[in-house]
Amino acid sequence: MSISRRNFLAAAALPAALAAPRISHAQAGAGRVVIIGGGFGGASAARFARDNFPALDVTLIEPSRSFTTCPYGNLVLAGRRDMNSITFGYEKLAARAVRVVHQSVVAVDTAAKQVRLADGAQVPYDRLIMSPGIDLRWGAIEGYDEAASERMPHGWVPSLQPISLLRRQLEAMPDGGNFIMVIPDNPFRCPPGPYERISMVADYLKRAKPRSKLIALDAKNGFSKQPLFQDAWAELYPGIIEWRGASSDGRVMRVNAAAMEVETEFGEKLKGAIVNVIPPQMAAKIARDAGLANQSGWCPIKPATLESTQVEGIHVLGDATIAAPMPKSGFVASSHAKHAVACIAASLAGRAPPAATFFNTCYSHVGPEYGISIVGVFRSGPNGFAEVEGSGGVSPRNAAMTAERRKEQRQLEALYADGWYQSITDEMFG
Amino acid sequence: MHLKIRLCFLFLTATPAFAQAADTPLLIGGCQGCHGASGQGAQGIPSIKANHSRDEFIAIMRAFGANERPATVMGRISRGYTPEQIALLAAHYARPQ
Repeated sequence: MSISRRNFLAAAALPAALAAPRISHAQAGAGRVVIIGGGFGGASAARFARDNFPALDVTLIEPSRSFTTCPYGNLVLAGRRDMNSITFGYEKLAARAVRVVHQSVVAVDTAAKQVRLADGAQVPYDRLIMSPGIDLRWGAIEGYDEAASERMPHGWVPSLQPISLLRRQLEAMPDGGNFIMVIPDNPFRCPPGPYERISMVADYLKRAKPRSKLIALDAKNGFSKQPLFQDAWAELYPGIIEWRGASSDGRVMRVNAAAMEVETEFGEKLKGAIVNVIPPQMAAKIARDAGLANQSGWCPIKPATLESTQVEGIHVLGDATIAAPMPKSGFVASSHAKHAVACIAASLAGRAPPAATFFNTCYSHVGPEYGISIVGVFRSGPNGFAEVEGSGGVSPRNAAMTAERRKEQRQLEALYADGWYQSITDEMFG
Repeated sequence: MHLKIRLCFLFLTATPAFAQAADTPLLIGGCQGCHGASGQGAQGIPSIKANHSRDEFIAIMRAFGANERPATVMGRISRGYTPEQIALLAAHYARPQ
């Protein structure tokens, strides 16, 4: 045992029972898998490895002791869920013999195959998975920095800035105040997320602040599930929501947090009682520091195995990757995770990687008992990812259904959204 | 010669067995995200665990894909699988035979 390994085990302060089982490398397919990041990608990878590949020794490194999901954050905003119901701990993963280490990673040494933690410990690995998530691009919108976000919350990276700040502002807003939302161009985390948020804020305004309006300023001209969202807004929230795309001067160039004011491309200034800025994004710092991101700020990966094309021997998952047409969603991150783990197990056993099929099911709550969805099945090709032809797509539009069927479809999808959330969070943290 | 034939035979039988072992846990990932880790269902999402025979399971997936069975998302999802993949799902989720 090397000194660094001993340091690491001591630093992790683990019960002897967890630290004890050492994997012999003589065992077929055995190896040390280190996973950086405990969100949808990382937690799914840890669980999947433990359930399916007992010869793998699994370490999950995540600085935070709890994880608040981005999905269902918009329901907290609407007052239909509380923060506790969307926040999870890592105890159950630890009980499944995942070595959970609550430390920040300061460096990845790919030559020595080890990860250095903030407390100085070195964690050696045979295979490394990075599921780093995203960072916000402070300053990409002039004036929107971390200090400005105290007054103009983003509510987009819950571990840094709980959505509860936005919720408190919403509750404190006088009836008649305007809620301004600033929405970025593609690509960004959770493509339908801003539009579910518009819906859930409008749901709250309709009930609690009927004289208030929501103005959404969007840096692009179209968005995920657009016709479905806009049909629902007209039906459920008439007169409450104004959405402006880029061609209607929706792109916000700068903000003045002191004045609670935003300025568009053509110089129009709008003041809001609340200004929710979802800024442009990029792969998280640890991924950029490790050299995994290209000039776009996101991480290119090999379609067959999800290994970085920039740095040999690191599998990258989830929102940080360039994986279009797959969206940056929790379901996709979880799907990436399982494939990467299976590729690692195959590689350690000297076998070829399994065929890649990826899945996405993404529900949005638009109103009470009103849910819509987009689904997709994807495969890897030689040059990238492709959706399986003829599959996937969004829920049917209102006009395509009888009134009776329409009601049933929207109700069922709202119900199934809750079921999806329960199933996927149980799988990761249960 | 005799040895060579036997090795080929071993290779041919071993490969599909491994393919199935590796592919099934990955394939069912598309189901587990909503239907739960063992297919038990959740909050109105139906259970898919041991409810049907393999043939029934395959027929249901085909009917979803052909829009011949009422669905919210399953029509769109089922069209993403090959017949071989649906057979693997059926083997995993169907009632033991």
